[in-house]
Amino acid sequence: MSWIDIGALDDIPLRGARVVKTPAGCVALFRTAGAEVFATSNTCAHKGGPLAEGIVHDRKVTCPLHNWVWSLETGEAQGADEGRIATYPVRVEGGRILIDAEAVGKRSAA
Amino acid sequence: MERLVVIGAGMASGRLLEHLFEAAPEKFEVTLFNAEPRGNYNRIMLSPVLSGEKSYAEIVTHDDDWYAAHGVTCRFGERIRRIDRDRRVVVGTTGEVPYDRLVIATGSDPFIVPCPGHDLDGVIAYRDLDDTNRMIDQPQGARAVVIGGGLLGLEAAAGLRLRGMEVTVLHLAGHLMERQLDPAAGYLLRADLERRGITVMTQASTKCIRGDGKVETVELEDGTVLPADLVVMAVGIRPAVALARDAGLTVGRAIEVDAQMQTSDPDVFALGECVEFTGQLFGLVAPLYDQAKVLAATLLGQEAAFAPKQLSTKLKVTGCDLFSAGDFAEGPGREDIVFRDPARGIYKRLVVEDDRLVGAVMYGDTADGNWFFGLIKDGTDVSEMRETLIFGPAYQGGAAADPMAAVAALPADAEICGCNGVCKGQIVSAIEGGATDLGAVRAQTKASASCGTCTGLVEQVLAATLGEAFAMPAAQPVCGCTDLSHEDVRRLIKAQELKSQPAVWQELGWRTPNGCHVCRPAVNFYLLADWPLEYLDDPQSRFVNERKHANIQKDGTFSVVPRMWGGITSAAELRAIADAAEKYDVPTVKVTGGQRIDLLGVKGEDLPAMWADLNAAGLVSGHAYSKGLRTVKTCVGTDHCRFGTQDSTGLGIRLERRLWGSWTPHKVKLAVSGCPRNCAEATCKDVGIVCVDSGFEIGVGGAAGMDVKEVERLVKVATEDEAVEWTVAFVQLYREHAKYLDRPYKWLSKVGLDWVKETLSDAATRTALVERFDLSQTIYQTDPWAELAVREKARAFAPIADLTLEAAE
Repeated sequence: MSWIDIGALDDIPLRGARVVKTPAGCVALFRTAGAEVFATSNTCAHKGGPLAEGIVHDRKVTCPLHNWVWSLETGEAQGADEGRIATYPVRVEGGRILIDAEAVGKRSAA
Repeated sequence: MERLVVIGAGMASGRLLEHLFEAAPEKFEVTLFNAEPRGNYNRIMLSPVLSGEKSYAEIVTHDDDWYAAHGVTCRFGERIRRIDRDRRVVVGTTGEVPYDRLVIATGSDPFIVPCPGHDLDGVIAYRDLDDTNRMIDQPQGARAVVIGGGLLGLEAAAGLRLRGMEVTVLHLAGHLMERQLDPAAGYLLRADLERRGITVMTQASTKCIRGDGKVETVELEDGTVLPADLVVMAVGIRPAVALARDAGLTVGRAIEVDAQMQTSDPDVFALGECVEFTGQLFGLVAPLYDQAKVLAATLLGQEAAFAPKQLSTKLKVTGCDLFSAGDFAEGPGREDIVFRDPARGIYKRLVVEDDRLVGAVMYGDTADGNWFFGLIKDGTDVSEMRETLIFGPAYQGGAAADPMAAVAALPADAEICGCNGVCKGQIVSAIEGGATDLGAVRAQTKASASCGTCTGLVEQVLAATLGEAFAMPAAQPVCGCTDLSHEDVRRLIKAQELKSQPAVWQELGWRTPNGCHVCRPAVNFYLLADWPLEYLDDPQSRFVNERKHANIQKDGTFSVVPRMWGGITSAAELRAIADAAEKYDVPTVKVTGGQRIDLLGVKGEDLPAMWADLNAAGLVSGHAYSKGLRTVKTCVGTDHCRFGTQDSTGLGIRLERRLWGSWTPHKVKLAVSGCPRNCAEATCKDVGIVCVDSGFEIGVGGAAGMDVKEVERLVKVATEDEAVEWTVAFVQLYREHAKYLDRPYKWLSKVGLDWVKETLSDAATRTALVERFDLSQTIYQTDPWAELAVREKARAFAPIADLTLEAAE
């Protein structure tokens, strides 16, 4: 893996989200707790809603368009709905957010 | 017809009359005297009236229509001078009334501590509606000292605190409610009250009350001096027996009666708090209702005898769950079974003597109270279940922990409603006779009709009896995170002074770590509506539209709608809108039904810059996305129209300027039409005003969406100022009471337009509502566009990073 710094943890509000543009498409970064961040595709597998605009609760997000709920850990749709969104490796170090560049389709920044 | 004179229109005599009219409607010609200038109301419910959780109208038991329907001659507000038993007349201040039989139901007077200063202005008792109103009339922040930490004193203290006063409770004994609670439960109760901001002082003996004509301080024996604007005496009651004594009836501590409620004069009867029976006095409502039943039978020539029963107590302070019954003093041969759960603030203590349960005190979780009370009354041998007794009925006999099973297992004579002495058997037979919902059971049996704490039990009896046919009503939970309904959550946020979302999740036992997309926006709204100064709006608990201050479209773009006050715009504003539309490549520009312009298809990251441009031209957010004030649609009124009767445009603009920016349970749309031709379509709005020559007709509760509904008349007022005042007060009442996502018409269908009219018809209530609205507006009437368009906030609208760009190396 090659970790790449994409911003400060505090750029994402608690229980909020931000978008990062990548070669693999828009990826949403969710801050679920103090220093806990998840990365998934920003695109709802149902009708393409922007997940970063959804309400973040527990380790889940609710799509703003039709209230599909996604697990940020597994990418699985919750409840009666079925489907999956891509998840990406992400970690927080010293107040910075690092994402796996290869996983989002970017050549190693060497 | 026999002439029956009743002195005192309280709960006991009220119940007596109900029994008499039900059994023999034509037998008695009743004259009813009451010193209070009103009829019978549910005195137990004064505490919720004091705290603002109920209105007086809701606790009236018998209204004028009821008295009229039963031919009762009401002499309210009139005191009786004397009873002349020789001539068989009572002498009131406006004349004599002869009787064949007389019922004395004079109740009791509050006991006033005879310390120096007890007669100063501002020293009151807590006994009737007038006392309650005097407490309600105190300004926010007034300092109240409540003398007496018993049931009544604590209910008064909690109510005053909810009204925003600084409250200190003085109690002579070592712990609160020492007659009903042991010290451990007293401690928990004290901690609960202190958490609400009530100061509790035990072993506090009042020396004197000082002040120049009006209360200023309370001085204690130990030298402590407490500043006070109001002193409430709640140290006890004394039977009101002066009339009876002067009439020569036998009076001990109270009017002595036999088991048929007859006094020493065979034609004079007495019941309620003014009687003494085998040396006992009575203060709780349950035995009074028993007496009423017995006296009704006696007057009708039937056999009946009054026998006092064991009593249990519950405190009616929302959020303080407390139950006590029987005798819980320690003593030789008595064993205690104690259960504590400090984390949840639960304490239960059972006292067992000779294998019988003799006392129970519970705090924090009182669900099993009635079951324990039953064991005490019946003297059940508990040796077999000694080990698991404290865990309640669910753990006995290996049955599953199912509350329904516990209710189903209750015997037919188990008491469900303590106030009205209704047992399970009566409720079951009412249900089998066709009473299939709570309202019908309540109407037929009176179960849960007084203090209401047994409502849940009654519903469980309904469920157990009807099985599948009964859908547990009411408690439709907010979402999967909690079992509480919206109404419960709103009530508890106020009662427990919960001022943050974590406090709500923790104290109300949310099952999820931080809610979900359903409850978070609702809780966020309730908190900001109830605590505008203490709670800060949480954007992360808002639906995207309210967080981004724009409406999300199906392709993830947004729409931008600037406010046009009352639908009036100018060439400069239109030019700014046109410029913005061009600059940001807006694909669709549409005129909306709310008399303004919608720019659709704006990219999220362009929003802050576009807002800044619109702000520069004096345009602000139209909140076209919010659960808040949307538009005030107007017609041109007297400005141009030859039919216009008033300046409808001016009023519309004035209302929009007053109301904009406020968050409400759901969106709110207004309109003002200048004449009954109603060009602004005011009659299908949440609030619609139609101007006429003589003033303004304000209608509320209209709808023109999924439901179509015409407004109903709230009021007609003469001046524009009044129209604004009523509208603001209505909106604030809606903000304070409605369930999140209920439009006004839905809310009105639940609480009733009559209640809203009655509440708002009181000028002081209206003023207070307007004040609370304006206070909230000092925080929330800001243009979100201007706030978010600044550079640091605007960044949040753009991606945090763009990895599609090659790194510049």
